[in-house]
Order: sequence, then C-alpha cells, then structure tokens
Amino acid sequence: MSDTLLKTIFGRLTLESFPIHEPIILGTFIVVALGGVALVAALSWFKLWRYLWTEWFTSVDHKKIGIMYMILGTIMLLRGFSDAIMMRLQQAMAFNNDGYLNAHHYDQVFTAHGVIMIFFVAMPFVTGLMNYVVPLQIGARDVSFPFLNNFSFWMTASGAVTVMASLFVGEFARTGWLAMAPLSGLDYSPDVGVDYYIWALQIAGVGTLLSGVNLLCTIIKMRAPGMGLFQMPVFTWASLVTNVLIIAAFPVLTAVLAMLSLDRYVGTNFFTNTGGGNPMMYVNMIWIWGHPEVYILILPAFGVFSEVVSTFSSKRLFGYTSMIYALIVICILAYLVWLHHFFTMGSGASVNSFFGITTMIISIPTGAKIFNWLFTMYRGRIRFELPMMWAIAFMLTFVIGGMTGVLLAVPPADFQLHNSLFLVAHFHNVIIGGVLFGMFAGINYWWPKAFGFKLDKRWGTISFWCWVVGFWVAFTPLYVLGLMGVTRRLRTFDDPSLQIWFIIAGIGAAIIAAGIGAMLMQFYVSIRDRERLRDTTGDPWGGRTLEWATSSPPPAYNFAFTPVVHDLDAWYDMKSRKASRPTEGFRAIHMPKNTATGIVLAGLSTVFSLSMIWYIWWLAAISFAGVIGYAIFHTFNYDRDFDIPVDDVRRFEDARTKALAAAEV
Amino acid sequence: MSASGHQTQGHEAQHGDDAPHGSRRGYVIGFLLSAVLTAIPFALVMGGAFTDTRITAGLITVAAAIQIVVHMIYFLHMNTKSEAGWTVMALIFTAIIVVIVIAGSLWVMYNMNANMMPHMMTETGSGGM
Repeated sequence: MSDTLLKTIFGRLTLESFPIHEPIILGTFIVVALGGVALVAALSWFKLWRYLWTEWFTSVDHKKIGIMYMILGTIMLLRGFSDAIMMRLQQAMAFNNDGYLNAHHYDQVFTAHGVIMIFFVAMPFVTGLMNYVVPLQIGARDVSFPFLNNFSFWMTASGAVTVMASLFVGEFARTGWLAMAPLSGLDYSPDVGVDYYIWALQIAGVGTLLSGVNLLCTIIKMRAPGMGLFQMPVFTWASLVTNVLIIAAFPVLTAVLAMLSLDRYVGTNFFTNTGGGNPMMYVNMIWIWGHPEVYILILPAFGVFSEVVSTFSSKRLFGYTSMIYALIVICILAYLVWLHHFFTMGSGASVNSFFGITTMIISIPTGAKIFNWLFTMYRGRIRFELPMMWAIAFMLTFVIGGMTGVLLAVPPADFQLHNSLFLVAHFHNVIIGGVLFGMFAGINYWWPKAFGFKLDKRWGTISFWCWVVGFWVAFTPLYVLGLMGVTRRLRTFDDPSLQIWFIIAGIGAAIIAAGIGAMLMQFYVSIRDRERLRDTTGDPWGGRTLEWATSSPPPAYNFAFTPVVHDLDAWYDMKSRKASRPTEGFRAIHMPKNTATGIVLAGLSTVFSLSMIWYIWWLAAISFAGVIGYAIFHTFNYDRDFDIPVDDVRRFEDARTKALAAAEV
Repeated sequence: MSASGHQTQGHEAQHGDDAPHGSRRGYVIGFLLSAVLTAIPFALVMGGAFTDTRITAGLITVAAAIQIVVHMIYFLHMNTKSEAGWTVMALIFTAIIVVIVIAGSLWVMYNMNANMMPHMMTETGSGGM
C-alpha cells in the first residue's frame, strides 16, 4: 500500500507510535494487559457483564453514579501515585548520573502525574461525593437531570481513558500539567502528547461542566419542603458554591484549550511567539480557570469537615451563618487572585501588589472556618472515629499549608520561591492535607450510608497514620530544598549534599504507598467482614442531616415520603422531637429509567478524541456525526420513566421497620 | 422522619413548568431587533463608514452588548421575577465575574506587554494581544 493511503487511513499513527523500545512502558503494558485480561475473564466467568451493564453502567441513580465516580478516582489515584513514586525514585537516584528515566519519559511522568491527580482523581472524588450526598441531604429522590448525570460521568471516564491510552499509544504531553504556551504550541511540541492532553481535558470538561449545572439546579430546585437556603446542611452549601465556581470557571478552560487547539490544528496564532500571538495570554487565561479550580477542589472538603466535626463533636456546627458567608466570600475572591500564580512574569509592582493583597485577604474567610471547627469541638463530646481523625489531621496539616501559601502571596518572597520545590510542597500540603484528607474523611463517613456497613477501624487507623506521617516525611524535605533554591521538575542533580533530602522524601512516598495499601486492605477487610460491621439503623454515627434518616444503603427512591424540614440539622431535629417514621400510606414512586445513551455518547466521544489526536480525519468525522446523531436520536426516546410499584415500596419499608425494631432491642 | 407532609416532588413537579414562554409578539420584536443589530455592524464594515477602525470596532462591541440584552429579554424571557429572582441573581454574578475577568485581563496584559515586550508596544500600538 502506498504511503498516502496509509496516511489517509491511520493519520499519523504508525508502528513507531507504540513505545515498544521503552522497557519500562513495555513492562507496564504487559502487566496492565494481563490484569485487564484477567478482569475481563473474571467478569465473564462470574457472568457479571449483564449485571454491571443494567445495574451500574446505564444507571441514572445518583447514588450509583456517585459510587462509580469514587471508583474511577481510586483507580486513577493508583495510576497518578505510580507516577509520583517514579519521580521520587528518579530524583533520589539521579545525582551525577542519569537515573533510570530518560528526559523524554520523565517529562511525561510529571505532566501525567499533575493532570491525573487534579482532573481524574480529585475531581471525580469531589463530584462523586457531591453526587452521592447532596440529593440525600436535601431530601430529594435524584438529581434534576438524571440522564445528564450518567452522561457526565461517562464523559469524565472517557477523558481518563484517553489519558491512559497515551501511556501505550504514542506519548503524553511533556509540558507540565498546564501545558503552558508556547511550549505546548506546534513549534515546540509537534508530537501527539499535547493533543492527548487537550482532548482528554476537553471531553472530561464537558462532563464536569454538565454535572456542575445538574447539581446546582438540583440544590436550587429540589430541596425538601421547609428547607430554605439557610436550613441547608453545610456540605450542600459547599457543593452549591463549588458548582457555581465550576459553571463560571470551566468555560474559560474550554475556551483557552480550544484556542490552543486552533493554534495546533488550523494554524491560528493566539499563543504563538510569532504572527502577533501572545503566549502570556495563555498563562493569564489558564490561571483564570486554574485558581477557582483550587477552590472547586477544597470547598467540598470544607463541607465534609463541617459535617464530620459537628457530628463527632455531638454539637451543632459553631457559626453556621459565618461558615456560609465565608463560602460566598471565597467564591467571589477566588476570581480575584489568579495573578499570584505568575507574579514573576513581569506585570509590575502595582499589579503584583493588588493580587498579593487579594490573596492574603482570602485567607481570612478560610481562617474563620478553621476557628469555627475548633469552636465546634470546644466542649463537645468528641468521638475519635476515623472521619474525625482525618478532620483533625486536616486542621493541623492544612494550617501549615495555608501559612506557606500566605508566604508565597508576598510578591518579593514569591520571586525567590516561584517554581521551586517550596511551591510544590505548598500545593501538595493543601491538596493532600486538604482535599484528599477531606475525601478520605468523607469516604469513611458516608461509606456505611452507601453500603450498609462501616469501614474496618484497625486498617483505617493504619492507613491514617501512614498517610499523615508519610505526607510530612515526603514533603518537609521539599520545603527545605525549595528554600535552598531547588527548582521543580528537575531530572538530574549535581550537588551531592542535596541527595539526602530526596532520599527522605522518597521514604515518605513509600510510607504513603503503605497508606494506600492499607486503605485498599481496609476496603477488602470491611467487605469481607461486612456482617460484623453491619449497620441496620441507617444512622451509625448519630448524624444530624437528612441522609441519615433513610436506610443504609438507601432504596432507589431515597425517601418513601419526602421529608419536611423545620430546622437546620433536620434529622437531629426529628430525632429530638421523637418524630415517628411513617409505616403506612405508601404510594407508587415515579422514577427515571436507565439508559445506555450516556455510555454510547461518551464511547463515541472517545473515538472522536483519539482520531483527532492521530489526525485520522475520516474517523473523526464519522464519530462526531455519530455523537450528534445519537444525541438527536435520544431525544425521540419517550420511554424515560417508570413507577416503582407500591408493593415494592411497602416491602422495602416494612423490612426496614422490622430491622429498626430489631436494632432497638 | 416526619409524616406531616405527603408531598410529591421531583419528577412530577417538573411537568408543571411555570416559566414564561413568551408571546409571538415578543419573538417578532426580538427577531427584528437582533436582525437590525446584526445588520448595523455589517453595514459599518462593508460600507466603510468610518476610516478610523477603532470607532468601527467600538460600535460593533456596543451592538454586540445590546444584542446580548435583547436575547436575554426576548428569547430567554428573563425578568426580575422569573424563577423567584434566581435568574437576576445569576445574571449579576455572571456580570461581576465577566467584568473581573475582562477588566483584570486587560489590566494585567497591558502591564505585561508594557514591561516585557516594550518594542512591540511601540511597533504595533496595541501590543501582541
């Protein structure tokens, strides 16, 4: 066959695109392929495909979608963490030698680590928790747009698949996690890496944005009767503000990536060095999205801590109203600080001062929240269950991260510390110590709600200590190295006196690895011993908000009767008024029907993005037409809802009545 | 759980949509206004009404801004009462964010260009934006 014909069919995909000459990647590929084959075989052997398809993949139930988000986040955490281990190993070894990773590979590793950890670990965790918890907390039966929710999840998963594909077909970006222009332009990154980056984020971004719209609409329109805005649980408030941030910020990312794609695909000059382009505009715009993104991640974690601290101190949250106003103030201020990410780019003293001051101001509402949690604990009856332990570890860790953040907000200091390992230590301090600890607290807190049994405390405690200690052992050396002037993303070093710090950091990463292992072990042991850990009450922690009013796990319809809210902490209010649970008068419940459209559209989008990456234009055209066509086809599907028969509702609720009676004895 | 309210909610409630749907008259007015507001920029550019392109650009921007308002009122049926005031609230928030982003970017980029690309500032007048 002629070269042109091959090019027409396969675009720029050739046999050389498969990195079989890289032993590390080849080894990884073999392991992943064997694991994948084993998984497929096991699913087929146990005949689980149909179950997975009908009960999970096509489900529009917000609870199942939430759980799928959490599973996606956990899987991607393992991938992102392997990248972290590879970097720590390389940096601990490569003193006056080349280490074990060549530059081409190392640059991909640190880029993939950042992209995966933010977009495909933290975001799915955050979205998953909000998806699971918010409708339950506001007494709703599902989100406003259940199909859209399923579609959003699969778009996020599609983005993750695209990133994973880059590991074995072609390469990933070598630009750092924000793909700064002009390095990410065609002149300096002619390969497929940046295209993988662009399309993975664009596809996943569709999912994030739509899920933001969906949750915002749910919170505004579907609250139980009596729940005014200021009767909403703090986690729901945090989710509300987070989704406002998502809706306002993510279009900026979409726009800036679209302009970068135009530069790369059709030869425009938005961000090039020549032809009137301005790469500084790329930096400016990506941080207009990037800074709110930081708050998109941390605010739901703040929400989790508010719920956890209040529940496990057996007290109403201190300063509820001030918590809400702090959230709102952060929501606006999050858009006023973006320049602190590029003080050194040269905008001058007046601009830098303005953004330095706004950055320092944002620490005030954040600090107020810390004090509120402390005052909630003050004279409370604190129970040191796992979620509370994570909350306390968060407060201690996050305060240090916050203070180094304020330090970095001083422009003259930033000129010293910009792009140093001090910065790397700072943002890991707030993201691990804030977001991840928050997600772990949330997982431990709501797991019994989701599955009907608590998580094993012994393995949970081991995981907790490994994570907390491991974090400090891994990142304190990076603070020190950063203060000594070591910049980030370095592959090799000359000064042997620095090596000891990198070795300590590597040990810290190993301790964190043990923490992840213990966490997986915790999940396994808990599932194995689920009868021992069983919770039949639906309210294992003495909760205060509505999600604890229903059974664990909740039925598909969440609440047989829509609860009526009279006070903040609605469930606590019901318990203290000894409100009785209705046991008769059930009705059939109208619910949305499962649909495969979400997974089909996301699958076609994956094909589209991969064919755009490899310049396979005919396939791109077909798959794009497929996406549009199938979406239009779906609008003619009028068979979208069904009624859960009253008998089913009664059977489930009667079983719960019995279980509750048995639990009281 | 309180049994005092047996409300149905969620999906049943969605069918009773009380959002305003507009009238034929409203749509016609909206269409005419948008058509005129689209025609004006075309006429300005194609007829070459002003020799100074900055005036043309300014007028086009003004027409675009009015166009946005026309769409919001006649096609999106936004008013102060729709959705219990939420649409106005969302509009105010959007306006704040858009102003921050655009004004902030102009300020930041002007200073960037002035400090980092002074020769471009003098060559082209507006820098590389």
